Amino acid sequence: MTDILLIALAMSLLYMSIANRLYTYLRILILQGIILFGATYLTLTNLNIINLLLIMLETIVFKAFAVPWFMNYIIKRNKITREAEPYLPNFVSLIIVTMIIVSAIILSSSIKDQNLDKTFFVVALSMLFTGLYMIVSRKKIITHVIGYLVIENGVFVLSLAVGNEMPMLVNLGIMLDIFASVLILGIFFNKIGDVINDPDVNILSHLKD
Amino acid sequence: MLGIFLIGTLIISSLLFFNKNKWVNYSLVGLFVVILWIFGIYEYQHQNLTQFIFFKSDSLGLLLLLALCFIAAPVLFHAFRYIEAHNVDETPHSRGLFFAAMVLLIAACCAAYLSNHIAVTWFFVEITTLSASALIYHHRNIRALEGVWKYVFICAISITFIYIGILFLSLALKGAGVEDMSFDSIREHYDKLNLFWLKLSFLFIFTGFTAKLGLVPMYTAGIDAKDKAPAPAGALLASGLMNLGFIGIYRMYAVMAHTPLHSWANTVIVIAALLSVFVATVYMTRIKNIKRMFAYSGIEHMGLVMLGLAAGGIGVYAAILHIVLHTLIKPALFLQFNQVYWVFQSKSIYDVGNYFKYNKTGAIVVFLGFLSATGMPPSGLFISEFMIFQSLFQAHYILILLGVMLLLTMIIWGFGSNIFKLLFTPPISIDESKIPHISPWESLTQYILLATSVYLAYNPPAGFVTLIQDAVKLIQ
Repeated sequence: MTDILLIALAMSLLYMSIANRLYTYLRILILQGIILFGATYLTLTNLNIINLLLIMLETIVFKAFAVPWFMNYIIKRNKITREAEPYLPNFVSLIIVTMIIVSAIILSSSIKDQNLDKTFFVVALSMLFTGLYMIVSRKKIITHVIGYLVIENGVFVLSLAVGNEMPMLVNLGIMLDIFASVLILGIFFNKIGDVINDPDVNILSHLKD
Repeated sequence: MLGIFLIGTLIISSLLFFNKNKWVNYSLVGLFVVILWIFGIYEYQHQNLTQFIFFKSDSLGLLLLLALCFIAAPVLFHAFRYIEAHNVDETPHSRGLFFAAMVLLIAACCAAYLSNHIAVTWFFVEITTLSASALIYHHRNIRALEGVWKYVFICAISITFIYIGILFLSLALKGAGVEDMSFDSIREHYDKLNLFWLKLSFLFIFTGFTAKLGLVPMYTAGIDAKDKAPAPAGALLASGLMNLGFIGIYRMYAVMAHTPLHSWANTVIVIAALLSVFVATVYMTRIKNIKRMFAYSGIEHMGLVMLGLAAGGIGVYAAILHIVLHTLIKPALFLQFNQVYWVFQSKSIYDVGNYFKYNKTGAIVVFLGFLSATGMPPSGLFISEFMIFQSLFQAHYILILLGVMLLLTMIIWGFGSNIFKLLFTPPISIDESKIPHISPWESLTQYILLATSVYLAYNPPAGFVTLIQDAVKLIQ
């Protein structure tokens, strides 16, 4: 069952690579949050109940609801155009993301370690690099943030792989989540709307030598 | 004591944030400096004391802690002058936030230096990002916004990288059956670690910490941050915060140095260091913004420090000496920059000139700071750079040595032509009636910082040498 959820997570990346509208991205983020919620429940079997509840609460509240809802609010309030505006055509994006997933599979097959479930490793690595790819291939600041959130979800998957033995690391991951969400979205993204009206990355490119 | 220090800091910074009275604010900052000094002295007297399981006052942490204590007072004093004299549209709220963020940043750096657990270090690195972003965004205009956005975004990615590194490290430990992730425990079990995961872990942790240290690939965020933050905050970002990146990499490298991956780690470090010196050279030879030039000079020095570390032998000693001396010299330059700005109202090299005529004491600081930062005698950095070159020679990195020396010569040329333009060439247009009178006393702390760096390099006290030697023992 965990494998099915993880594969669904990898498939959501493919969908993300061809998505055109910002709202589609948000829906995919919600989906990823819900999948992670399920994966947490199925994977972290050795944890004490309070810790598990805390982690699950965080995934469902932060990853699946609060952050996407807040981004939706920002898109509306700042009147950001709904188009994702990629630098590359969707077809190329699809191929690149597929390549990322395939290379993650090839890389993981070269690892001989009993301590790690390889599905976690493949999915986490694919999410990490897809997130980075999203950041460099999209124009808007808000899509950069979405790319970052995908990276974070990927890291969370990786932390689940070691979560049973070291629950502290999963808690750290949650802290990272909350910290980054608060910092990037809460304090900051609000301000971008106040100071500038067009949240296009081009406006923020004057600091250079 | 650490508990008292952290709780005290939290109380002081929240009081600073909520309080509106100017003098209460300044006394709170003064109180913080006193607590910081007591904390530093206490930790020095109780070396290798484990506190709250995760903290240990080992020699490397102590060195950087004491260096930070030393520069904290001048930095906060100049922050006070900056708020008083420079910024006319300062509100009680922005002033409170500024000092609260300063206090929090210094305290988080202190705690991270003493942390003996990678996850705890990581947590305090997060706190520094948070407080530094408040400092960078102090002016609340669009350029400050751009600076803070880039800083926050790159730092967020960098701490994610460090976190991934920690996860891989846990996998490396899992095979060895080790549960405790403190640096001491990892070093003890170095022979049982899974090398594949350790390799990946080092790569991610190193890349993550380069954002704080100011090395290729993630140096960019720091440059914009130091440019847009008020100069006293820039002084802190260019010293205390860079040291935080250094200590993270050093502690991880200390694990790698005992494993068969030592030479591989050296290669990674040398590549990053060389690229950093190269990038610094490219920008410093054509840069026209004085503050950014100081920031790039930091990139160059961190590249040298890492080269010393990778060369081994006397290079490790030199690297630590270099980073301590750099902690004293760079704030002097940044703090002096405030006065340059008061005179010319510009950061651009095109608008400045004849600084000797307008502010003699300040101009001498700039000149001495230039000598110090480029490592020319009598600068303290001359000693450490010389030792780094020596170690590169001994490690048979001859080509690298030649390349670095060539690049450093170009940096001296680029740095020098800008500084001499600032000091001696008459500016194109300047309204001399608007130039404020600057008291020579404002430069006193910078003289003290520069003089201390010379003293520490040429006549190091025995305690200082012992601390560095102890820190070197982590690796050799």
